[in-house]
Amino acid sequence: MEQVVGRLLQAGVLIAAAVVAVGGAMLLARDGHEIADFSVFRGESSLLRSVGAIARTAFTGDARAITQAGIVLLIATPVARVALTLVAFVVQRDRLYVGLTTIVLALLLYGLFWVG
Amino acid sequence: MSILTFAALIAIGSFFAGLLGALTGLGGGIIVVPMLTLAFHVDLRYAIGASLVSVIATSSGAAAAYVREGFTNLRIGIFLEVATTIGALGGAAVAGFIPTSALAILFGVVLLYTAYRSLQSHQEQSTNDPPHPWAVRMRLNGSYPTAHGMQAYTVQGVPTGFVTMFAAGMLSALLGIGSGVVKVLAMDRAMRLPFKVSTTTSNFMIGVTAAASAGVYLHRGYIEPELAFPVMLGVLGGALVGARLLVVARTRSLRLIFTAVVVILAAEMLYKGATGGL
Repeated sequence: MEQVVGRLLQAGVLIAAAVVAVGGAMLLARDGHEIADFSVFRGESSLLRSVGAIARTAFTGDARAITQAGIVLLIATPVARVALTLVAFVVQRDRLYVGLTTIVLALLLYGLFWVG
Repeated sequence: MSILTFAALIAIGSFFAGLLGALTGLGGGIIVVPMLTLAFHVDLRYAIGASLVSVIATSSGAAAAYVREGFTNLRIGIFLEVATTIGALGGAAVAGFIPTSALAILFGVVLLYTAYRSLQSHQEQSTNDPPHPWAVRMRLNGSYPTAHGMQAYTVQGVPTGFVTMFAAGMLSALLGIGSGVVKVLAMDRAMRLPFKVSTTTSNFMIGVTAAASAGVYLHRGYIEPELAFPVMLGVLGGALVGARLLVVARTRSLRLIFTAVVVILAAEMLYKGATGGL
């Protein structure tokens, strides 16, 4: 089980980093010459704020959306780890920790999908 | 400055933040936010979003090596995660209402505390005293592999540890850091876990806590791909190289360099916060 978790984390980070690297390279190729200004907070466009919208925009081949999708994959890695931990506690029939892990997983999913 | 130059400079800076963070064991996240805001004049909210992304990357990257060794206490991790994720979601919820000058001052205070802790000698606090009654009821006590076979340990101060972890989660969300120093405070000092157990378990928790607030900040538009990508790849690269160099590097002098950097950043953050310059 722990071997699987280790591999999963490693794979998650590597895949996320690869997607971010590809998206980042495309982004620099397209917008690299533009002026960088992040001193005023405007907020990212609504197309790149929710998991569903990011996925849809990324599949159109948009560089910024692909980068953002890599970041979402990275955020999902610890969530997947908690999900696997839940499976481990279910297998051990450890009721208390099945309950606690479910709470943590629910809070994470709530943060990732529902909070506006 | 063009986006290309900007991204290249941020990637280089993040690389050194990740390198120093890995070599000193204090994490690079605490340097990333001051670097982005003070040197690159990035809005604090964008800086926090980018930093959280890098915190998840280093935590998950390091955890891949840690989980195989059998030091991580998953029960303690999950139990305390209830506190840190609630703290993180709460912190992310109120972050929008706190003026950035107040956040900058809070950041300065946390930096000063980190510098103070990094100069203190670590003393193993683990014990075989009778455990806290909650530790028995929740089966938190455990054992870990050593050169002389499995070593059992008991867990103390469970309520104090839990409450401190709530604060750690909140700080992580408000400032975009891993809050490793606060987590160590809870696990080493209050709960008196052995180092190897507290370090690996806290690393597990740092990624999960950061993921909770990063999800919220994604929806709020704090995560800007132009910034997050050089920070994430830079810090991750620095952390990977740092982990390799750890065997040969002289960590004592590095720790002093790190502490000096942190003190300077603390002074700047406090000054900017007090004068409203951020």
